[in-house]
Amino acid sequence: MHLDPLLIARWQFGITTVYHFWMVPLTIGLGPVVAGMQMRWHRTGDVRWYRMVKFWGKLYLINFIVGVATGLVQEFQFGLAWSEYAKFVGDVFGAPLAMEALLAFFVESTFLGLWIFGWNKLPKAIHVACLWLAIGGSILSAYFIIVANSWMQHPVGVVLVNGHPVMNDVWAVLTNNTAITAFTHTIFGSFGVGGAFLLGISWYHLWQRRRDGIDTVDATGRVVPGVAPGIPGRDGSDHSIWITSLRIGAVVAIVAFAGVAITGDAQGKLMFQQQPLKMAAAEAACHTGTSFSVLSVGKLGSTSCSDVVPIIEIPGLLSFLAKGNFTTTVEGVDQLLPQYQAKYGTNLPDNPIYGSRAGEKIDYLPMMEVTYWGFRMMIGFGGIAAFAAAVALWLTRKGTVPRSKGIMLLAVGGILAPFAANSAGWIFTEMGRQPFVVAPNPTGVDGLYMFTAAAVSPGVSAGEMLFSVIALTAVYAVLMVFEIRLLVRYVRGGIASAVPELAEPDHPDDDDHPKSDVLAFAY
Amino acid sequence: MEILPTVWFVIIAVLWIGYLFLEGFDLGVGMHMLFSAKNENQRRVMLNAIGPVWDGNEVWLVTAIGATFAAFPDWYASLLSSLYLPLVFVLLALIFRAVAIEYRGKGKSLRWSRFWNTALGVGSLVAAFGIGVTLAASTTGLPIDSNGDRVGGPLAWLTPSTIIGGLAVVGFSLVHAATFLALKTDGDVRLAGNRFARRVSPIAVLPLLAWALIVQFSSGSPVSWALVVVSVAAVVAAWSANRRGREGLAFVGFGLFLVAAMAAIFLAQYPVVLPSTLSASFDLTVANASSAPYTLGVMSVVACFGIPLVLAYQGWTYWVFRARVSAGHIPEAHAVEPAVRKA
Ligand code: HDD
Ligand code: HEM
Ligand code: HEM
Repeated sequence: MHLDPLLIARWQFGITTVYHFWMVPLTIGLGPVVAGMQMRWHRTGDVRWYRMVKFWGKLYLINFIVGVATGLVQEFQFGLAWSEYAKFVGDVFGAPLAMEALLAFFVESTFLGLWIFGWNKLPKAIHVACLWLAIGGSILSAYFIIVANSWMQHPVGVVLVNGHPVMNDVWAVLTNNTAITAFTHTIFGSFGVGGAFLLGISWYHLWQRRRDGIDTVDATGRVVPGVAPGIPGRDGSDHSIWITSLRIGAVVAIVAFAGVAITGDAQGKLMFQQQPLKMAAAEAACHTGTSFSVLSVGKLGSTSCSDVVPIIEIPGLLSFLAKGNFTTTVEGVDQLLPQYQAKYGTNLPDNPIYGSRAGEKIDYLPMMEVTYWGFRMMIGFGGIAAFAAAVALWLTRKGTVPRSKGIMLLAVGGILAPFAANSAGWIFTEMGRQPFVVAPNPTGVDGLYMFTAAAVSPGVSAGEMLFSVIALTAVYAVLMVFEIRLLVRYVRGGIASAVPELAEPDHPDDDDHPKSDVLAFAY
Repeated sequence: MEILPTVWFVIIAVLWIGYLFLEGFDLGVGMHMLFSAKNENQRRVMLNAIGPVWDGNEVWLVTAIGATFAAFPDWYASLLSSLYLPLVFVLLALIFRAVAIEYRGKGKSLRWSRFWNTALGVGSLVAAFGIGVTLAASTTGLPIDSNGDRVGGPLAWLTPSTIIGGLAVVGFSLVHAATFLALKTDGDVRLAGNRFARRVSPIAVLPLLAWALIVQFSSGSPVSWALVVVSVAAVVAAWSANRRGREGLAFVGFGLFLVAAMAAIFLAQYPVVLPSTLSASFDLTVANASSAPYTLGVMSVVACFGIPLVLAYQGWTYWVFRARVSAGHIPEAHAVEPAVRKA
């Protein structure tokens, strides 16, 4: 069998990055909620907020570390497997990466260390400020990396010198409209993840309290919270901790969805201008027109549009998504393909940089089944999560959850929906950019683009890449098992898993005044 | 002389030296947890000595790599793709190590903590060795062609010099960590650190010296030779300070040894950033591997206020956590049990 380094490198990038992006949105989405809870605790002195900080903070850290570990790989990847790409774009692309490290990662890791180990050591206000700084670092890092990514989607701020992009306007790179919309969209997407996480886990605890007979409901269905002296943590404040967390989660998830819808709409309008073929493929819009396809069947093949059969179409919606009105026609694949071929050639040039691919016919249409379904999965899973959050608010209006185990399982399983939406969104974005790794900018510098086929490291053998993709994937799979096991263990332990004093009968409720010489937190 | 590329070569050298200095002791602590610690409590004392700072230290590596990408894309591309295999191992090692630090104390069984202990120790060892190989390759050369691509298969980087470089970082980290533990902890761990530094440091520092000398013999200048002399003097002073129980001085002394030796290496190789062993005309230099002046200018502004800021708040962190860690500070491990009514 002939091993193709390009294909392996693409799989490797896709696997490692999508994996990294499972930790990242949870970090970004959960962090601000934890910090907000800590501020409430400082302001009110109410021990319930303290316990929420401890519990959600623990889960935050268990997740955070895997994000750090997998992020390291990302920083090296462009040099390892994509050396031609790194050389071609280095003048502009390396800058946001270096800024990310210098301005964001240092802040994030240093202040998080201060927060973790600073309990009872730092004054309260400074302690919570450290957490806010760490979160600010996370969000800033997301901004810089998206600036880098958006430059590949829509290269700006450069001139071509000897065929290479050379940066001449860093401000244009940092304020790339693609980056601003993608950044806000991604942050809202991350809040969706955080919200569903809070909601699902709180639901599980409220359900368990009902199953164990701790909470009951009166004749009107209102909750009557109880206590279970035999179970650490299930004391008088436990019920309100979970119902509060649940409500926060639901509200965050709903607001997040409104946010992704607005920013996503803006992104879509930009993409129709910047990468029309990507959006046409996302719509399975084979022919120029105005209708949006809700469901199409047939062979969504990657080379031809001729077998696609639209089943349900909404007239005018496509025009609305692309242009903001219902009548302007939107160019379809059949019209766009010849334009691309005329501009960027029908075949890869006879240049050694393309290896055995030199001269091959170029396929400008991204894999339609991926773009079409990726787009719909993103919106669909996000919408389901938001709808479910609204239903959850209604179902819990009397202070607790229904006894049904099925609904509980749905709430817990629903944690995965925004994760799936995020992955789908990225897969759509990245695969929709193919066959370019740097997509041409229709209003930018002429002749600035790079085919993915030219980006891979020429000196690295397929065997090396195969080894690394297998090793990394295997290690990531193992890490996933460990992370989930730990999360599950700490979730099932409830508040007492994060506030160990509760489990010791001899010091009741002195959790915010532990012995002063013992570290409040230690590995 | 090209001013901006030279400035960036210096910045990258500083980032690497900062990385080796800071992560040097926490990689070393990881290795010491494998063999120097007698029991679980000692291992936890060691780990908590680096607990608040290790992640911040690791970012020096991320920044060194990111800055190389921004300022010298060709150096970044050639070095990383040529060292594909060793760097994949470094990454796997760093992954396991990071996760081990966070997860080892969160399990229930002995098997769990043993597994993560091994991951932490071996991960630190492999990472230290691989980083040493990488830097040594960048100073003593790789078989790269005119396009900067490696010629000669996945193991073409494997030479006596790169192995010495790997051993150099491992050896230095072990000694540096021993003096760090002597400085930052109390009780048995402190004594063991002191003893280790006394007995082992005369041998453990040799590979780093050897690497510095290899580079000096091929391209040293009077100043870089002088730095080698400084580094040797620092080792002697550090060793004797350690013997006299002057822990702070010993730590600083071994640190100075690293700084001087690495500075001697970087200075001697300048202006070459990555020599080609095939032909000197394929060498990557500060001039032919760098980004354009505009990019370097922008990055200089960022570095100008970014680096002092980082030094300030990381310094503050070390100040906040300046107290020695000892067995009495370590809270008891607690078991996490499901919060359910038992049937
Ligand atoms: C919870 C996650 C989530 C949800 C509910 C949505 N998205 Fe999204 N979407 C993402 C998470 C995401 C993402 C993973 O964060 C992406 C990938 C790249 C990016 O910038 O954001 C993305 C990309 C992305 C793109 C591609 C941009 C490009 O190619 O550069 C478009 C056009 C949209 N989104 C539009 C929408 C619309 C109209 C939504 C309607 C509600 C929507 N998204 C919901
Ligand atoms: C700075 C940020 C990013 C850069 C520079 C980048 C670059 C790349 C490159 C070079 C490839 C391989 C070549 C290709 O197939 O296009 C790729 C593929 C891919 N990336 Fe990105 N990416 C970035 C961010 C992300 C993120 C955050 C995700 C998702 C979480 C993502 C998801 C993917 C996927 C799914 C692929 C596989 C697509 C395919 O092979 O066709 N990327 N990206
Ligand atoms: C290919 C592109 C990417 C690269 C090169 C990259 C690089 C890294 C690195 C090196 C780290 C570890 C930092 C540390 O040691 O503390 C990290 C963590 C992180 N990255 Fe990424 N990253 C990429 C994609 C993304 C994206 C798209 C986002 C956000 C939208 C993001 C957000 C974060 C955050 C929040 C962290 C903190 C730890 C965590 O994930 O929980 N990264 N990344």
